[in-house]
Amino acid sequence: MVDIKVLISWIPIFPLLGFLIIGLRVHKISHRTSSYIACGAVLLSFLFSAIVFAQLLGMPSDQRALTVRIINWIGTMGFSANISFLIDPLSSIMLLVVTGVGFLIHVYSIGYMHDDAGYSRFFSYLNLFIFFMLLLVMGSNYLLMFVGWEGVGLCSYLLIGFWFKNHDYNKAANKAFIMNRIGDLGLLLGVILIFINFGSIDYDIVFPNASSISGTTLTWITILLFIGAMGKSAQIPLYTWLPDAMAGPTPVSALIHAATMVTAGVYMVARNNILYSLSPLALELVLVIGLCTALFAATIALLQNDIKKVLAYSTVSQLGLMFVALGLGAYSSGIFHMVTHAFFKALLFLGAGSVIHALQGEQDIRRMGGLKRFLPVTYLTFFVATLAISGIPPFAGFFSKDEILANAFAHNPLVWTVALLASLLTVFYMFRLFYLTFFGTPRADASRMNHIHESPKSMAIPLMVLAVLSFAGGFMNIPEALGGSNRLQEYLSPVLNAGDNKAVHHLDHATEYLLMAIVVGLTLVVIGIAYVRFVKKQLVPVEDGQLAGISRTVYHKYYVDEIYDFLIVRPIHWFAKVGDRVVETLAIDRIVNSFGHLVTASSHVLRRLQNGSIGFYIFVMVLSIIVILTLTTVADLGR
Amino acid sequence: MIPIEYYLWLSAVLFSIGVLGVLYRRNAIIIFMCIELMLNAVNLVMVAFSNYMNDAAGQVFVFFIMAVAAAEVAVGLAILVMTYRNTKSTDINILNRLKW
Repeated sequence: MVDIKVLISWIPIFPLLGFLIIGLRVHKISHRTSSYIACGAVLLSFLFSAIVFAQLLGMPSDQRALTVRIINWIGTMGFSANISFLIDPLSSIMLLVVTGVGFLIHVYSIGYMHDDAGYSRFFSYLNLFIFFMLLLVMGSNYLLMFVGWEGVGLCSYLLIGFWFKNHDYNKAANKAFIMNRIGDLGLLLGVILIFINFGSIDYDIVFPNASSISGTTLTWITILLFIGAMGKSAQIPLYTWLPDAMAGPTPVSALIHAATMVTAGVYMVARNNILYSLSPLALELVLVIGLCTALFAATIALLQNDIKKVLAYSTVSQLGLMFVALGLGAYSSGIFHMVTHAFFKALLFLGAGSVIHALQGEQDIRRMGGLKRFLPVTYLTFFVATLAISGIPPFAGFFSKDEILANAFAHNPLVWTVALLASLLTVFYMFRLFYLTFFGTPRADASRMNHIHESPKSMAIPLMVLAVLSFAGGFMNIPEALGGSNRLQEYLSPVLNAGDNKAVHHLDHATEYLLMAIVVGLTLVVIGIAYVRFVKKQLVPVEDGQLAGISRTVYHKYYVDEIYDFLIVRPIHWFAKVGDRVVETLAIDRIVNSFGHLVTASSHVLRRLQNGSIGFYIFVMVLSIIVILTLTTVADLGR
Repeated sequence: MIPIEYYLWLSAVLFSIGVLGVLYRRNAIIIFMCIELMLNAVNLVMVAFSNYMNDAAGQVFVFFIMAVAAAEVAVGLAILVMTYRNTKSTDINILNRLKW
């Protein structure tokens, strides 16, 4: 048996090798080869992760933390950082999700991107993304995590702007990158503050010593770290980049902007749960931001007509729900929801991609409808995912969402109400999307309907696998009330409950049953409303110009982009313009130009000396010699 | 024994004639001759001091200067011949194109 540490160190190397091989030979390698290399690399990573996970399961639960030190990366006086990987229950779960869902999406991309000119480039970026995501998850210190954090941001930028010939897509990529930079600054400051206070950036030094640091400092650290999470996980106020990020190819939206990268913030907060548990204020902030985001984004999603935009706002909303769980101190519930969300949201995006693919690029749900007959596989899998996100038992979303809601109820019924409202809105807009896409009469152009076709196998199989996962994903953490044993929570407990043990809610089973009944009942009612509106009455959302009042505001995303534009972008532009007109033109340019003018002016005078008359030259020469001789003689005499 | 002042006065006069010739004459050949005159005035001073100080080094320098002057004349006259062929003139003002 190979040493487990060797296995661990190989996990991130495969995608890096894949990236290098494809990326360095991007014009010479055939499409088929590059996709095989990319998928194979991620598959190997996944297999290794699975072996590591199995080994971890075989160990006693208090020893499930392996640190693999690869190399001493930075070593100076007073500061050292290793490239070393930490494998514990939390990161092993993340590894499985990242490589597993990542692999499925790689396979899906073979079919989805098949006639794209940048095929090999696309796969090299995907592999690079997986590599950085693995660094982020596996890094055993803040610096390595930060490298991964920035790396996935870079890949996100590259993949949003993948079709770089479209100017709007480039703008979306820039927006994502810049908004993430704001968050990253917070994260970086948090890490620096950690280093100042702990003298180290290694998890295994920081966490045991967390209680020796003053509460105020810890609050600052955790809030700064959370600002990083706000940027990466698209929370209020830094969420506006995520809906625009849908400019990228759909597999990218599924992989980066739904399943993995955007959950990095959730992972990071969960990883730092010891610090967060020690600062109630920061937890409260996480909770409030999460709640606001969950509700706010859900309302926007109600009126969006772009299939990917709906899913994007849904992602923002679901991420908000995860932060609610984290803010309640129920870290394992947050991670649980993150995992199930990775399954069903990836499936939703891939299903949407399949629809878009079938309709040759149509994304507007007003121009869809009646696709059930034409795309049976997509229809069925999309249905499973919709049920999962709506929380219909026994689909995956039911268990994870139920846990969060139960925790919320135990904390404060008001939080529960808001979270419930957000998830009911989720049910409504998801079924609105589902019905408008697959039911009713076809509303697409005849030219598109003539060419409609079910997706190829490479796309259909990942859909089916994800559908199975979306169905069964919840069974890994069946709550006690339903006869389960909270296995995931138990597995994660060495990492997540090491600090304050707030995670377990204390509700008796009767209350839990009641809550479940209320939630499921209301969910069914909402589905009924959606059914009546969009299937019975066949209502189709009106065209853009015909909305009025509050719905118009919501349709335009509460004009948040416009407000940001007015409050931040315009003043910066104005400032830059003033700087250009005043500082640049009047000060710097003047100084530089006046040097030039000085040289020109003086040379205008001096050039008269060079008049071409040799007699004059010699005369000046003789005269100068005489003057010099006279002067030296006078000086000699004076001495 | 002729006092050294005589040599110095003579060479000063020769040198001045050379300088003035260079400054005032326009004919290139005459300018050349004036340059030779200046060189030889310097040679005269060298030899005079060499004799006065009983040091042979000054006379060695004179030989060097004569050799260099001969080379210079060879090159300079060659240039002059070429100039004359091109311009049909030895007037130094013809060569005033070396300017802005």
